[in-house]
Amino acid sequence: MRQTDRSFRFDWITILIFLALVVFGWFNIFSASTTLEFSSYFDLSQPYGKQLLFIILTVVLIVIILSLEAKFYERFSSIIYILSLISLLGLFIFGKTVSGATSWYGLGSVTIQPSEFAKAATALAIAKYTSDLQTNIKAFSDQIKLFIIILIPAILILLQNDMGSTVVYGAFFFVLFREGLPRVYLYLAALFPITAILALKFGIILSSIITVLLIALFYLYFLKSRKRNRFFKIMGLSILMIIFSFGVKYIYQHSLPPHQKDRISLWLRLEKDPDKLERMKKTYAYNLLESEKAISSGGFWGKGFLEGTRTTGKFVPEQHTDYIFSTVGEEWGFIGTSIVVILFVLLLLRILHLAELQKNQFSRVYGYGVASIIFIHFFINIGMVMGLIPTIGIPLPFFSYGGSGLWGFTILLFIFIKLDSNRINEW
Amino acid sequence: MRQFLLYFFILAVGIIFLARLFYLQVYNAPTENLFEDNAIRKVFDYPKRGYVYDRNGVLLVSNQPSYDVMVIPREVKPLDTIEFCSLLKIDKADFIKKYKRARNYSPRLPSVFVSHLSKEDYAYLQEKMRKFEGFYIQKRSLRDYQTSIGANVLGYITEANQATIKKNPYYRMGDLIGKQGIEYSYEEVLRGVKGVKFIQKDRFNRDIGPYKDKMFDTIPQKGKDITTTIDANLQEYGEKLMANKRGGIIAIEPATGEILTMITAPTYNPNLLVGRVRSKNFTKLYNDTISKPLFDRGLQAMYEPGSPFKTLNALIALQEDVISLDEKITCYAGYKYGDRFMGCHCRRGTKNAMIKGIQESCNAYFATVYRRIIDKYDKPSEGLDNWNKHVTSFGLGNYLGYDLAVGQPGKIPSSATYNRMYGENRWYSTFTISNAIGQGEVLATPIQLANMTAAIANRGHFYTPHIIKHVEGQEIDKKYTTPKKTTIDAKFFEPIVEGMNLVYKKGTAKYIQIPGIDICGKTGTAENFTKINGVTTQLTDHSIFIAFAPKDDPKIAMAVYVENGYWGSRWAGRIAGLMIEKYLKGKITRTDMERYVLNGNLEEEYAKPYSGESFWINDKSEFQEISLPVDEAN
Repeated sequence: MRQTDRSFRFDWITILIFLALVVFGWFNIFSASTTLEFSSYFDLSQPYGKQLLFIILTVVLIVIILSLEAKFYERFSSIIYILSLISLLGLFIFGKTVSGATSWYGLGSVTIQPSEFAKAATALAIAKYTSDLQTNIKAFSDQIKLFIIILIPAILILLQNDMGSTVVYGAFFFVLFREGLPRVYLYLAALFPITAILALKFGIILSSIITVLLIALFYLYFLKSRKRNRFFKIMGLSILMIIFSFGVKYIYQHSLPPHQKDRISLWLRLEKDPDKLERMKKTYAYNLLESEKAISSGGFWGKGFLEGTRTTGKFVPEQHTDYIFSTVGEEWGFIGTSIVVILFVLLLLRILHLAELQKNQFSRVYGYGVASIIFIHFFINIGMVMGLIPTIGIPLPFFSYGGSGLWGFTILLFIFIKLDSNRINEW
Repeated sequence: MRQFLLYFFILAVGIIFLARLFYLQVYNAPTENLFEDNAIRKVFDYPKRGYVYDRNGVLLVSNQPSYDVMVIPREVKPLDTIEFCSLLKIDKADFIKKYKRARNYSPRLPSVFVSHLSKEDYAYLQEKMRKFEGFYIQKRSLRDYQTSIGANVLGYITEANQATIKKNPYYRMGDLIGKQGIEYSYEEVLRGVKGVKFIQKDRFNRDIGPYKDKMFDTIPQKGKDITTTIDANLQEYGEKLMANKRGGIIAIEPATGEILTMITAPTYNPNLLVGRVRSKNFTKLYNDTISKPLFDRGLQAMYEPGSPFKTLNALIALQEDVISLDEKITCYAGYKYGDRFMGCHCRRGTKNAMIKGIQESCNAYFATVYRRIIDKYDKPSEGLDNWNKHVTSFGLGNYLGYDLAVGQPGKIPSSATYNRMYGENRWYSTFTISNAIGQGEVLATPIQLANMTAAIANRGHFYTPHIIKHVEGQEIDKKYTTPKKTTIDAKFFEPIVEGMNLVYKKGTAKYIQIPGIDICGKTGTAENFTKINGVTTQLTDHSIFIAFAPKDDPKIAMAVYVENGYWGSRWAGRIAGLMIEKYLKGKITRTDMERYVLNGNLEEEYAKPYSGESFWINDKSEFQEISLPVDEAN
C-alpha cells in the first residue's frame, strides 16, 4: 500500500510533458537526419538511430535516479559538484575538439560532453549552499561565494570555447534573486545589457543619456535609498555605465571574433552596406535565413511528417541539433510549433509551481535552478532559430539530438521529480 | 513579488514566441508552389519539336541533335589537356579561360564548356570522353532546315527572352521559342508540352532523389507535325527569280485562300539562324538597315497599289451604276481637273469604254469613274465612305487575319481622313482623285493585293489567306474555310476579268504571254518618293503586277511587287508570268524571259540614293504606265 502511494507521488504531469517532448523530438530528428537509404530505425550510423538508443538508455537512467534516496542528492551535492568540475578540468588534457569547442571526451565512437552534466551539478551546489543555515544571501561575502560557485564551471566552459553553454549559467540569477539577492542586482542585470544594446545601436552619446535617465528614474522613484547617498549613487553608476558603453563599443569593434561581431551586427541590424549584407547572408546569416525560410514555408498546417522539402534537402545546417525547431516549423506548421512552445511553457510553470510548494529550501532552490536552466535554453534556442536573438548555439532541451544533452536534462529534471516526490516526508 | 519574476519571463517569452511564429508561418507564409521551391530541382524533358512539310509533303524543317560539352569543375581530375584541347579544337589559353569561368559560376553545377560541337567532333570525342572526368556531353535539339528557302515563312527558334518568360509562365530560362513565320504562329502546336521531373536537392544543390516518388512528374507531349500550304518548288523558283531585287510576292489559291508562296527579297538562308552561328548572323541581318532582310516585304511593306487598284474602282462603278459598260470616255492624254492635270499615256482623243480602259489602264477613264462614284451622293464624304465600304470588303485597309505574326493594315482613306487633312466638308472629289489610280492616300501590302486578286478571280468572295494546310489530328481554324463576301455582285466581275485578260493579250502585259495559259492580269507602276538628306526626291518607280490564271477556274492568284522596277510589266509582270507557268505547267517555255529575270539586277538602282546617280525615269514621272520600248520587248 505504502509502495503504491510513493510511486504515485511522482509528478506525472511533468513526466508526461517530458515524454511528449522527447518522443516528438525524436520524430523530428528522424525527419531531419533520415536519408533516402533508410534501413532501420536503429541504424546506429545515423543520428536518429543513436538518439533512439539514447532515449532507451534514458529510461534506465530515470529508474536509477528515482530509486536513489532523495536525501542522497542533497548530501552528495558538493561531491557531485566537485566531480563535475574535475570532469571539466580534464577536458584541458583529454578533451576532443568538435567544431572549435574542446567540450568532449572521446571514448571510441562515443563522445561525452561534461558541460551538459555540469549544469545539474551546479544547480545542486547552489541549492546546497543557499539552503545552508549559515548562509545569508543578503551578506556580500556569501553572495561572492555563490557567484564563485557559478563562475568556476562557467569560466572553465568559456575557456573551452563553448560560448553557448557559458551563457546558460546566467540562469542562476533567477534562482538567487528568488532566494533574496538584493534588488540592486536585478537592476544591474537589466542595466548592463540595455546599455550595451543601446550603445551599439544608437552610439555612445544617445545611449549614455538614456542610461543616466533610467538610473535617475530608478533611484528617485523605485529605490528608497537615503537622500544623502542618492546623488553619489546616481553619479557613480552613470559614470560606470558610460565607461561600460565605451568598453562595449571598443570590444565590439576591436577584440570580438568576427563571427560573433557579425551575429550581433545582424541581430541589431547595424550593417548598412548592401554588399556586406549580401556576403553575410551567405556566411554567418545563412543558417538563420534558411531556418526562418524553413519555418515560414510550413505555413499553418505544415507540410507533413517527412514531407518538408527544406528538411529533406538538408538546407538548414545542424538541423537535427540546434536547429531542430525549424523541422517542427516546416513539417508541422504553426500547429506543431505552438504546441511545442506551449508544452515548454507548461513544463516550466509546472516546475516553478512545484518548486514553490517545496517545504525544504534545498528542493525549492534546486527546482528553481531546473526551471531557470530549461527556460534559458528554451528562450535562447527557439529565439535564435526564429531570428529574435543573435545566434548562440545551445540545444533545445529534450528535443535536440545528442546523448549528453538528453541525459544532462533528464538528470536535471528527474532529480527534481525525485526531490518533489519526497516533499511529504519533509518537515 | 520575487517569485513572480521568472513566471513573468516564461509567460512573456511564450507569448512573444507564439506571436513571432504566427507572423512567420501564418501572416507572412509564402504561397506553396513546387516551381518556386528552391529545394526542388525541376528537370525538364523537352519533346521533339514538330516537323514542317510543304503542301506536297516535302519535308522542310526537321530537327538535328547538337552536342555541348559540359563541365562540373569540382569533379574534374587532372587530365591530358593537350589531347583534350585538340579534340575540342581549342587552345590551352582558351581551355583555362573557359574552366575558370565555369569555376566562377559554380564549382558544383554543370556549365557549358564548349557548345554546339559538330557531329564529327562529337564522334571522336565521345570515345575518349571517359578519360576526362568531370566533363560530359549533353545532347540538345536544334532545327534542321532541309531547304535554303522560305526563311520568312518558316521563321526560326531562339531562346525565350525575359519579357516572354514574364508573360507566359510555361517558358523558363533557356527554353526555345518560335520567332517569326510558322515557328511563331504555330509555336504551341509544334513545341508540344515539356515534361517535368521534380528532384529533391540538398543545400549544396546536389540531387538526392525524386521528389515524393515522382508523384508530380509529368511526361512530355510530342510536338505535332504541320503541313503548310506553301509549294516549296514555287517558293524556291520565286526566290530565285527575285535574286538581286527587292520586293514581295504572294501567291494564293483562290478556291481555298491557301498561300502558295510568300516571297520577300532580299531574304536569307534559314540555316544561318541555327546553332553556334545564330547570334552572329542574326546581328548581321538585323543591322542591315538598307536591304532589311528580316523585313517581310510580302506582308509588311505598304506600297501604293498603283494601277491594279483601277480594277476595284471599275467594279465599284458598276455596282454603284455610275457608268455603263459601253460608255466611252475621251482621254486628252490625261485628265484635267480645275487647273491641274493628271497625265496619261493614251494618245490624245482616244475614246475608251470600260474593258478597253482596263486594258490600256487609262488614267482619264478612271479619274472620271472615280469622280462619279464619289459625287453620286450629295456630299463627297458620303460618296467616299460608300467607296471605302466597297474597297475594304476586299480585305484592304485592315489586317487580313492570316496566320502569320507580322503584317500591316495598309490604308484606305475614309471621310475622316480628309476631314482631318482639309477640314470638315472642305474637300471635293478632285481632292482625292489620286485614289482613282491607286495612289494618293491608298496603301496596300502585297498580300492584300494578292487577296484582292483572289477575290476577283473568285468573282466576288475570298477566303482569309492562311499558311496552315493541315496539323496532324487537328482541324484547321474555321475562319480559313468560311468564304468572305465582297460588296460587289458576281455579275459585275466578268467584264473586269475580261479587261484583265485583255491586258495580258493585247494591253500593257502583252509581252509576257505564255503559250497555253490564259492569264488575267493588271500591271502597275507606282511613283516612289524618298527623302535624301531632307529633300524629297523621286526615285525609280515600283513595278507591280497582279494576276490570276487560268481565266476560268483560277488556280493561282498573285501579286508581285518589285521595288524600283521601272514599270509594271518589266519585272513584276515577267516574274508573275514565269511563276504562273511554273505552277500550272511545272516547266518553263519562255526561257528567254526567264533568262532576262534571272540575270536582272536592280542593286545598282537601289544604290542610287547613295551613289548619287540620276534617275532617268523622273522625267516621265507623270505617266503611270509606260509602254514597253521595243528593244525591251524582246
